[in-house]
Amino acid sequence: MKINVTINNEKKELEIAPDDILLDVLRRYGYHSVRRGCDTGMCGICTVLLDGKPVPSCSIFAARVDGHEITTIEGLPEAKELAKILAEEGADQCGFCSPGLIVNTVYLKKLKIKKIEEVKIKLIGNLCRCTGYVGQHRAIEKFLGVEK
Amino acid sequence: MIKFKEYIKPKTIEDAYNLLTTKNAEIIGGGAFLRLSNRKIDVAIDLIDANLNFTKETNDSVEIGSMVVISEFEENPVLSKLYNGFLKNVSETVLSFQMRNIITVGGTLYPKYGFSDLITALLVLPTEVYLYKSGKFSVEDFLKIRLEHKDILEKIVIKKENLKTSFQYIRNSEYDFSILNVAVSKGNEVKIAVGGRPAVAQLAYKTMQFLHGKDLNEEIIKEAAKMVSEEIPFADDIKASKEYRKKVCEALVKRALLEVM
Amino acid sequence: MKEVTRKIPKKDALGLLLGKPVYTDDLAPKNSLIVKILRSPHAFAKIKNIDTLEATNIEGIECILTYKDVPRIPVTRAGQGYPEPSPHDWYILDEYVRYVGDEVAIVAGKDEKCVDEALKKIKVEYEVFEPVLDFEKAEGHSSVIHPEKETHPMFEIGFDAQKNIAASYEMEIGSVEEELKKCDVVVSERFYTQAQAHVAFEPHSAASYIDMQGRLVILTSTQVPFHVRRIIAEAFDIPIKNIRVIKPRIGGGFGGKQAVHGEPFVAAVTLKTGKPAKIVYTRQEVFEATYSRHPMRYDITLGATKDGKLKVIDMQGLSDTGAYGEHALTTFMVAGSKTLPMYNKVDAVRFKGKVVYTNKVPAGAYRGYGAIQGNFALESAIDILAEKLGMDPTEFRRKNMIREGETSPIFKIMGEGREGVDMVVRSCKLNECLEEGMKLINWKEKFPRKKISETKYRGIGLAIAMQGSGIANIDMGAAILKLNDDGSFNLLVGATDLGTGSDTILAQIAAEVLNVPTEDIIVYSSDTDLTPFDVGAYASSTTYVSGNAVKRAAEKMKKLIIKEGALKLRLDESKVDFDGKYIYETNGNKKVSLKELATVLLYTENQKQLISDASYVGEESPPPFMAGFAEVEVDVETGKVKLINYVAVVDCGVTINPNLAKIQVEGGLVQGIGMTLFEDVKYSPNGKLLTNNLMHYKIPSRIDIGNIIVKFVESYEPTGPFGAKSVAEIGIDTPPAAIANAIYNAVGVRIKTLPITPEKILMNLNKK
Repeated sequence: MKINVTINNEKKELEIAPDDILLDVLRRYGYHSVRRGCDTGMCGICTVLLDGKPVPSCSIFAARVDGHEITTIEGLPEAKELAKILAEEGADQCGFCSPGLIVNTVYLKKLKIKKIEEVKIKLIGNLCRCTGYVGQHRAIEKFLGVEK
Repeated sequence: MIKFKEYIKPKTIEDAYNLLTTKNAEIIGGGAFLRLSNRKIDVAIDLIDANLNFTKETNDSVEIGSMVVISEFEENPVLSKLYNGFLKNVSETVLSFQMRNIITVGGTLYPKYGFSDLITALLVLPTEVYLYKSGKFSVEDFLKIRLEHKDILEKIVIKKENLKTSFQYIRNSEYDFSILNVAVSKGNEVKIAVGGRPAVAQLAYKTMQFLHGKDLNEEIIKEAAKMVSEEIPFADDIKASKEYRKKVCEALVKRALLEVM
Repeated sequence: MKEVTRKIPKKDALGLLLGKPVYTDDLAPKNSLIVKILRSPHAFAKIKNIDTLEATNIEGIECILTYKDVPRIPVTRAGQGYPEPSPHDWYILDEYVRYVGDEVAIVAGKDEKCVDEALKKIKVEYEVFEPVLDFEKAEGHSSVIHPEKETHPMFEIGFDAQKNIAASYEMEIGSVEEELKKCDVVVSERFYTQAQAHVAFEPHSAASYIDMQGRLVILTSTQVPFHVRRIIAEAFDIPIKNIRVIKPRIGGGFGGKQAVHGEPFVAAVTLKTGKPAKIVYTRQEVFEATYSRHPMRYDITLGATKDGKLKVIDMQGLSDTGAYGEHALTTFMVAGSKTLPMYNKVDAVRFKGKVVYTNKVPAGAYRGYGAIQGNFALESAIDILAEKLGMDPTEFRRKNMIREGETSPIFKIMGEGREGVDMVVRSCKLNECLEEGMKLINWKEKFPRKKISETKYRGIGLAIAMQGSGIANIDMGAAILKLNDDGSFNLLVGATDLGTGSDTILAQIAAEVLNVPTEDIIVYSSDTDLTPFDVGAYASSTTYVSGNAVKRAAEKMKKLIIKEGALKLRLDESKVDFDGKYIYETNGNKKVSLKELATVLLYTENQKQLISDASYVGEESPPPFMAGFAEVEVDVETGKVKLINYVAVVDCGVTINPNLAKIQVEGGLVQGIGMTLFEDVKYSPNGKLLTNNLMHYKIPSRIDIGNIIVKFVESYEPTGPFGAKSVAEIGIDTPPAAIANAIYNAVGVRIKTLPITPEKILMNLNKK
């Protein structure tokens, strides 16, 4: 079946099977920053914005998003700023979890969350195995202007 | 992974119901868990366009459509303040923010998942569940009935009362299902619910009866907590043993009751 | 030192952070056949009959391979130097299946849909045997897991397949029995550790194709490209020269990719069909069918005199290597070789034990590599001993631990799989790490416990640890530098960047020697055709071994530049020097810029391509050291442990790129914390791994880790590049014992099996 989705502000027509998962469709259409990390919706590596809100693209059927908007890291201009701060902290390692984390964190900037405990709750679903989170939070606190 | 041949977004709950009962079909709620099953069906029904995404506040109640995602308990101005943020606090402990943006109220309640924290919390609030065909039920009745036919959860209605509330849980990692959870509310009566047993949440009727008409003090609370741990049935599962759940239940009920004392 | 101490972002940082498609699945040829594996539902069985006819006829299926269709040549999957210390007990496909998840058939088709369908249509008849599921009952069990005669070790490792023994080892210095008699205080305890899973977020992936010269090219998410090339050549009996292995960016490894995993299967399909093929493991397959950490059991006996001097250590262990023996002997030996030397003043020390096969998920390399298991046992036992002596645990360490300039006989006797190398510890600031850590955690005030409320108690505990820097006399790395016309350099290294940033720090080392900015060194790594040999990323070898090779190659390049520059300036070499920008007359005005010289050398005059190369093998393996301090809060009504603070003070020599060094420690710590408190492994009675997804297997989340503080105390390792040792593994070793000790100090409960769960604590509390 065909669906119409706006991806990173571009209107696109995609050919899908009714039971295709959004993550697979996005990768098939070249959005490789969205990745599969776990198959059970736990790791957050597949996070994209659906109508502006972070969702696990591995747990959504592509047909659901017909007529809706998807944003990946490529469609978020603020991503570069956060990426630079993460790089300067040395808070990046293998990079596999980074796009999903950045998408979710950029969304948090809109919410103007200032308390680190709240940030951690909202980011709990972005797992990382390389950095141990500590360096990421040094960078994220800078980016969000979190109160010390 | 679940497989199907058609994906349909009906515009009304009536259309959805017709599809559900005339075809080999299932309702896709958030899709989070149904996706993991190995079944083959013909039609996946997505209620996203069926006008079930509403939150209506009146003077004495709040109505929540079954397609409202549970992150709304954190972000929606009405829902996040309900019962002083009780449901917000509970919802924020559920899985991840991304998951809460797709898990729906209907998708949480209808399957009666044992691991659900929200069900435990709703059990101690004056909550009614509206099924499209079978009608209105209190949430505690809804959890007990076995439906003869498929149905669709349309909305829940939570009445506004003057209640003190508390929610306690135990997990190993914070990013996990609860090994056990406890919810308590106190108005004219005290309500105590225990979930993650691992089975779905239950009210502790005997203990609630025991507390009827009594004032809460530390001694009564201790006794009640012990009663709950003896009244509620527990079982082993991959996360914990029956014995552990029983012991921890007593501690959590005690803490919850102390909070609403 | 300028360049090596810069906190420069990784060269690939922005590309990775912004989601560039640079991993195996992104780079595999677009028309790759999709490869999936039919896996055994039984823990131990023999294939009586396998019928692939119906499956093969499904539209889109290109080939289905069973054990009858592939060469039967025993290899080890383990990525180690040749000849490997792991038994050659693995076959691409075999008639026997030895764990739930073992490979039964390889299916390749044009898309996932037809392959999934084909997998369901393969009919297999098994003869099912009684599986060996308890490693404490494996030796001599009636079920022999490797009865086949082709399976063999490469040299004597104590292998005895008939008894289900994959390897065994023993050594004794002095007489343990005699010296124990002289001790005033003796403790004897038993400890168990679990099969921790790596959970690197990029699942194992491999792709292969035949290039236009008819060679097999493999693109794979691996830590060991050169070992992969050799093992594939061996398994398929094709010449090494016909294989090229390329490692693109990879999404984490931690030891989980120090072996072949998917490569043999895609290679088999490509060799059969001539077509490109790709496999991407599901998360469940990564849990069930790659490998995880060796579960171990240790019986520790310690003897001391009442003045607090440790006199005897007896460490006897049993390790469970699962269905195949990858890394069996070596992880077992490291449990002793990288713990026992810390207490080098004993009169007698013994280390012995066996590694057994079971019909469970195979075990293999994982950061720490035995040291973390051994550390949990030894450092817990040390605390128990200290308490019996009435000594503060920090005082006990202070009195007995190894110091700079000292040695231990263990270094000579125990290497990895073989004898080790005698060495004096030239750099060791463990004592300063201990003092600094005590200050940071406020040991004097908080030891042993503080009551917070009726239901909550806080306690602190510590552990010290050591690791190594490469495997002495075995691990070799090489580097090539070449000069470009603009004065930049290409640095070609076999060394493998897993996301760790090794490409960057190796560039920093070269830049430091040449006095140029790191940005002028372009790194290309891990391609068996284009880069020189390197054993790969394991045993904490990259900074020390590969780094030394890079340093030497850069020193040679500097000499070449001076030589050519002198020629250009028509001066004697001795009158000329190079400062990174200019080759200049030391006592005069003549000079030429590097850029000008480089351009002239390529195009105009005396033309040549300046290239330098160097290899390095460590003659020693200088240990990094660490003191880890945990502060926990225990809820005595629920058993729940909250990690409040974790202080880690590390001596890894000079910290090259302090940001990246810090992140190695922080990342290692959180993995160690995961193994201690959260990562539980459960099997069904039939031997199926139940904790095979992230819903059940919990790695630490952001909210689970408390406040982590990492500090470095720098020493200077004279044999290391610019004084550096290693930092990759040391971070993971201390949490199990430090946290177990802290919990004991808080509430008097001593947990000796990992992970430490609230249930274990509460049940033990109630016993008291």
